[in-house]
Amino acid sequence: MTQTVSTETEMVQALDAEGNRTPCPEYEDALSTLSADDMRRMYEDMVLLRRFDTQATALQRQGELGLWPPSLGQEAAQIGLGQALRPQDFVFASYREHGVAFARGLQPADLLGVFRGTSHGGWDPQKHRFHTYAIVIGTQTLHATGYAMGMNLQGRVGNQNPERDVATVTCFGDGATSQGDVSEALTFAGAYNAPVLFYCQNNQWAISEPVHTQTSADLYRRGEGFGVPGVRVDGNDVLACWAVAQQALDRVRSAAGPFFIEAYTYRRGPHTTADDPTKYRSGAEVEAWERRDPILRMQRYLHREGIIDEAYETELEERGEQFAAEVREACKAMPDPAPEEMFSHAYREPHPLVEEEKESYLAYLAALDEEADR
Amino acid sequence: MSAEATTMTMAAALNASLRASMERDSQVLLMGEDIGKLGGVFRITEGLQKDFGEHRVIDTPLAESGIVGTAIGLAVSGYRPVVEIQFDAFVYPAYDQIVTQLAKLHSRTGGTQPLPVTIRIPYGGGIGSPEHHSESPEAVFGHHAGLRLMTASDPHSAYWVMQEAIRSDDPVIVFEPKRRYWMRGEVDTEAAEPLGAARILAEGTDVTLVTYGPLTPVAQTVVTQAAELGISVELVDLLSLNPLGLDLLEESVKRTGRLVIGHEAPTFLGMGAELSARMVERAFYHLEAPIARVGGFHLPYPPSRMEEHYLPDLDRLLDAVEDVMTH
Repeated sequence: MTQTVSTETEMVQALDAEGNRTPCPEYEDALSTLSADDMRRMYEDMVLLRRFDTQATALQRQGELGLWPPSLGQEAAQIGLGQALRPQDFVFASYREHGVAFARGLQPADLLGVFRGTSHGGWDPQKHRFHTYAIVIGTQTLHATGYAMGMNLQGRVGNQNPERDVATVTCFGDGATSQGDVSEALTFAGAYNAPVLFYCQNNQWAISEPVHTQTSADLYRRGEGFGVPGVRVDGNDVLACWAVAQQALDRVRSAAGPFFIEAYTYRRGPHTTADDPTKYRSGAEVEAWERRDPILRMQRYLHREGIIDEAYETELEERGEQFAAEVREACKAMPDPAPEEMFSHAYREPHPLVEEEKESYLAYLAALDEEADR
Repeated sequence: MSAEATTMTMAAALNASLRASMERDSQVLLMGEDIGKLGGVFRITEGLQKDFGEHRVIDTPLAESGIVGTAIGLAVSGYRPVVEIQFDAFVYPAYDQIVTQLAKLHSRTGGTQPLPVTIRIPYGGGIGSPEHHSESPEAVFGHHAGLRLMTASDPHSAYWVMQEAIRSDDPVIVFEPKRRYWMRGEVDTEAAEPLGAARILAEGTDVTLVTYGPLTPVAQTVVTQAAELGISVELVDLLSLNPLGLDLLEESVKRTGRLVIGHEAPTFLGMGAELSARMVERAFYHLEAPIARVGGFHLPYPPSRMEEHYLPDLDRLLDAVEDVMTH
């Protein structure tokens, strides 16, 4: 079976593949609030995310990272959501959400450390209001739903105060929708009217399995049976992703209940750097999606509107190179953690076995050092 | 026991402990299947929803992974959830959330995110139940760092183990010995001394018998019966299964030179295997006989008309005590 690209009329779209602004009923009011600066920032963030991702992939090839899951092709879906978030919102995501992570103030080293092997996460979820990457797909959807239930209990939604009311978001992919946890999260969200947004990036592939191996139904309708309405948005259209996410987040924070967004996009790179997508999908399919590139589309639109020009592009490219250099530096500067670090946070309160094993192992290492010195 | 000591069942002691925790800390929430109006299938949460409301005693959908997963999210949002799993083997749908998420999130977040979640699991056999209602999965969870495991053997320890579990900033699984829910005993709700990870329930000189949870009341009978045979048994009761109270056990084994370990769970790769290995490491030169383990067989838990043959009982424990005395 060949992969088909969904027709553009089936999903919310504000920019077509050529970068023409198309009518976007229901979202025009929201889109009209975007300033030229807002749109330039979306474009910049997508360009810088791609430069970061290209650099991280290169760092893996150079042996600096053990593995890397590229976000190539999904920039609009991630940046659109990221810019729609308000500071008080909380995100529970899986491991490919680099664009959303940056929007929450995470630094390149935070993300690279996970794949360099210096940490399994290590950032403070409360500080960034962005939880650590979930590697077991779908697990985080339940954490988000529980967090959202907590916001309900604490009366932190539905106060008609968009500056304070909290929307909780969970990001996951098409593969994760097959996990029981996602269905259970939808069950709980529906049953408790939890203020949570299910943000599914359907990037068409779960490693080598196409989305039709996961489901024969439209993913944006997945929540209906659970009482969670949904919409499909063109995941390669940053304006549409922003508008749909922004409206859904405000709906969620107003206590109108959970919502589901399917951002219809494409994973242009491998699943991770350990994968070889040429074994399971055609070059023609990848090329078809390259023509729908999220950055190119926004670039054409902004040029046409006179929001960016050649001089700006040159300057942005320089900034991208500067950023890439910083990423390389930050990655290579990350020291291997000391062995005692591994014993540090298994438990919050003292644990005699962990203490005993730590002391014993450190004593063993010290004895080895002593022997070597002799 | 102080003037506060009253006689009650273990079920009532657990109920009182949950109530006291909820009164002390408004962040404590209870979640589980049928725990509201019904008070849980064992009535441990009876009356709590009526007194604390539906927002603090939450009836959940029938989805164990969902219960534990949302409890994690509630903990991240600032609560201290106490989750009831209806029966021991019903925990397996939640196994992934417990071992890949709950146990590891504190470590994954570099120690920044506490996960004060308590999971209550009624465990063990002896109540004539159908399949999946009588298992002892403590060792299954013991292998995963990041979790604390506790159990109780009488109403007083049940009260205090639950207090300690809910106060802990680490995730704790409390294995409640369901066939002892109706056992009566004195509970001192003002007790000053912590019970510790292990305690000596009977002092003896010939052999150390270590048990925990539902088997400890049986072991207490072993102590009296053995005394009639002229064998002085020291009974060690474990209240914490991770971490283990190894120092106390080691001192006891060094005094008696003999060790019998009893639990309902299968002996193969069970808690007894770990206890035995630790005591060999710590007290090898004090041992006068091979360590004996008495437990369930390496079998699926049998239909209840056969469970008396599967569960360690007075005779099997006494037989093991006599056996180690022949060395």
